[in-house]
Amino acid sequence: MAEYLIKNGFVFDPVQGIKGDKTDVAIKDGKFVETTAVKNPKVIDATGKTVMAGGVDIHAHVAGAKVNVGRSFRPEDKLFGFKAGRGIERMQGGFSVPTTIKTGYDYARMGYTTVMEAAMPPLYARHTHEEMRDTPILDQGAYPVFGNNWFVLEYLKNHEIENTAAYIAWLLRATKGYAVKVVNPGGTEAWAWGLNCENVHDPVPYFDITPAQIIKGLIEANEYLGLPHSMHMHANNLGNPGNYTTTLDSFKLSEGIKPNNKFGREQVMHHTHVQFHSYGGDSWANVESKAKEIMDYVNSHDNMTIDMGQVTLDETTTMTADGPFEHHLTELNHLKWANVDVELETGSGVVPYVYSPDIKVCAIQWAIGLELALLATDSMRVFLTTDHPNAGPFIRYPRVMKWLMSQESRDQQFDAFKHKDKVIDATNLAGIDRELDLYEIAQMTRAGPAKSLGLAHMYGSLAPGLEADVAVYDFNPNEPYAPDTIETAFSNARHLFKTGVQIINDREIVSNGNKRTLWVNTKVNENAQVMRDVKEKFLRYYTVTLNNYEVSGHYLPNPYVIEVDATQ
Amino acid sequence: METVTLTIKDQPGLYLEADTISPDALAGKKAEEIAGLPVYIGKEEHRLGDFFDVSGRAGATAAETKIVVGGDLSRVKYIGMKMTGGEVVVNGNADMYVGAWMQGGKITVNGNVDAFAGTGMKGGELIVKGNAGNYLGAAYRGDWRGMSGGKITVTGNAGSDLGTFMTGGEIVIGGDVDVHVATHAEGGKIIVKGNAKSRVGGQMVEGEIYVFGSIDLMMPGFAYREDVDIEVDGTKGRFALYEGDLGERHRKRKGQMIYGKLYQQIRA
Repeated sequence: MAEYLIKNGFVFDPVQGIKGDKTDVAIKDGKFVETTAVKNPKVIDATGKTVMAGGVDIHAHVAGAKVNVGRSFRPEDKLFGFKAGRGIERMQGGFSVPTTIKTGYDYARMGYTTVMEAAMPPLYARHTHEEMRDTPILDQGAYPVFGNNWFVLEYLKNHEIENTAAYIAWLLRATKGYAVKVVNPGGTEAWAWGLNCENVHDPVPYFDITPAQIIKGLIEANEYLGLPHSMHMHANNLGNPGNYTTTLDSFKLSEGIKPNNKFGREQVMHHTHVQFHSYGGDSWANVESKAKEIMDYVNSHDNMTIDMGQVTLDETTTMTADGPFEHHLTELNHLKWANVDVELETGSGVVPYVYSPDIKVCAIQWAIGLELALLATDSMRVFLTTDHPNAGPFIRYPRVMKWLMSQESRDQQFDAFKHKDKVIDATNLAGIDRELDLYEIAQMTRAGPAKSLGLAHMYGSLAPGLEADVAVYDFNPNEPYAPDTIETAFSNARHLFKTGVQIINDREIVSNGNKRTLWVNTKVNENAQVMRDVKEKFLRYYTVTLNNYEVSGHYLPNPYVIEVDATQ
Repeated sequence: METVTLTIKDQPGLYLEADTISPDALAGKKAEEIAGLPVYIGKEEHRLGDFFDVSGRAGATAAETKIVVGGDLSRVKYIGMKMTGGEVVVNGNADMYVGAWMQGGKITVNGNVDAFAGTGMKGGELIVKGNAGNYLGAAYRGDWRGMSGGKITVTGNAGSDLGTFMTGGEIVIGGDVDVHVATHAEGGKIIVKGNAKSRVGGQMVEGEIYVFGSIDLMMPGFAYREDVDIEVDGTKGRFALYEGDLGERHRKRKGQMIYGKLYQQIRA
């Protein structure tokens, strides 16, 4: 493979503690190496430019059934966003639910090289893998959802951690999944009876278990197995005024549990899109930010990580396994709504949504997301996401960076709000003058997510031995800049390498890469009980047989398996 | 106002996508430059001049530009799409999407238009001196934002699904309409001077429909309220007022529920 030397750039690498020093980065055989190890490299001149490891997105909805529902029931999302194929670039389309091809290219243009699909209904795992397979460039993995799964509910009712763990190991292998995802634990199952679980002690109808038991049990099972990522949590009561107490109650369930893994991960719970879970007040009329209360907890508990779920003030398509929430949303905006019950496993809903700067609540949501990041004392544990496409399309990450890095840009946005004063009253953001630097941005978008995923041995840094994923941006951190420069520079990487292959050269996409699908293969002790339960449930309840369920072979043409041994 | 004349000389084998036939695209251009503008047949790009004779010149801005298109345009789509000002005169039948997402200016079609004319229209005026196809002034597939402003006048008949998801503006049909009028509408005004078939105002939340002739089958969600004497587009008369669609949500203003209103003329 070709050798490369990226010379003279301002390098930001939180893992190696490099804060914008002029350092050369060398690539050989798909990995970063010492600069002395390359003999006849192709030189990339990065003078006056910013150099970072490839971005790692810990939570986005970019493949699978609900994304595809979003695509097919929103033809208008593609109406004017079409781009014809040219050179190596294939045809692209869509805005909030782009085609797989556009997803790969747009992430690459932002310098991202690894993206996790945050919710895979196990029954639709084959579809999810087909879409990931068709997404160019990016390394991807998918999190199967467990929080409303009948097996899990029944095992955890009796606190059978070992059986839960054996089932998780089997399902990760069957679906080629990466981590344990939980969405509105118990609530999505309750929704099948038109009910919900709004706090952690609401019983799940017909299952005699509470969300608290599900959350705690899944964290324990996750640590029992020693999986690379922690339990990945979307708590109950998402998006409702006053829900921050439910969020704190959910956080507290992780207390006293120690991480157990060989991957360098230090948290036992990752809580996603916390913006949607940080609301005070008791109605939309008096909803207010509780980001301070939330971040006081996060800052003082180092066994958890979170991501933002930043509202970007766009028209978008919300989609989640949280069925009751999507029903709530369609009752609010009266736009179209799709709802699915996924047999014994989960459910989901899809609703288009317009986050308008003229609507007070949308502006408050915007402020809350930014507060979370700006109140964080450790940017290695608070990550940049928009919960794509729920709070906004992922192509807005550079805009979120602009807001985080520039108080001036936040003031401009405040001035553009119709209800500026009310928004300022209901939030803390106007009183925060912190401006993040590129080192902190690199923590939030690279080093932090990679570590939380248990992938710090592959991604998130430019240290020798890691995958050679690196982005070069037209941004000089030592010169004064206008806020919009940040967004422009980080939306259009000058150069990008993925595992040592040059993907972008001079802002042109020159390769579709050799994308891999990451999944976790966990070895557990033989568990006859769980295997008997699986067979029995498939015979009795599932519409498909086991043979038509497991994901294998051609669904993952280029797999990357992470082996875990939990047999002790 | 400067005038550009486009006369079709070569009929495309398939349909021609020509959203460049709009004052906004032509403004400030000479005839040779206009002939070089791109048009599409499927994935193939062609020049406007491959299919049209171009004469005259455009004004400096869209508002100062008039386009006269001649010949059989029944295979030409998107005439006047997204235009913001100026004038287009079509001397012949045109294909789909005439004046779609139009924001200003005036389009006159001296012939028939096919489906989706005035889709998502926001402003300006569209006059069709023949018949209109389906989805006149409606929303694009999947969208919930139909015609929101401006005026469409059709001398002849219109097809089905007229004014779907309409939120504002006015549509006047001189003749008859097919099924589905103002489905899902949340505003706007539709006047049908001829007869309507069934499903008039289905799922309508707000807005007004006036029918001068007969309605084959009334929606069950509409309730008769009273007879009123009103003047509609220059015609004075007595109309039966129905309100609906009662199966839909309706917002309140000053404590009063707002319904979609359907007026049907009472003939002695």
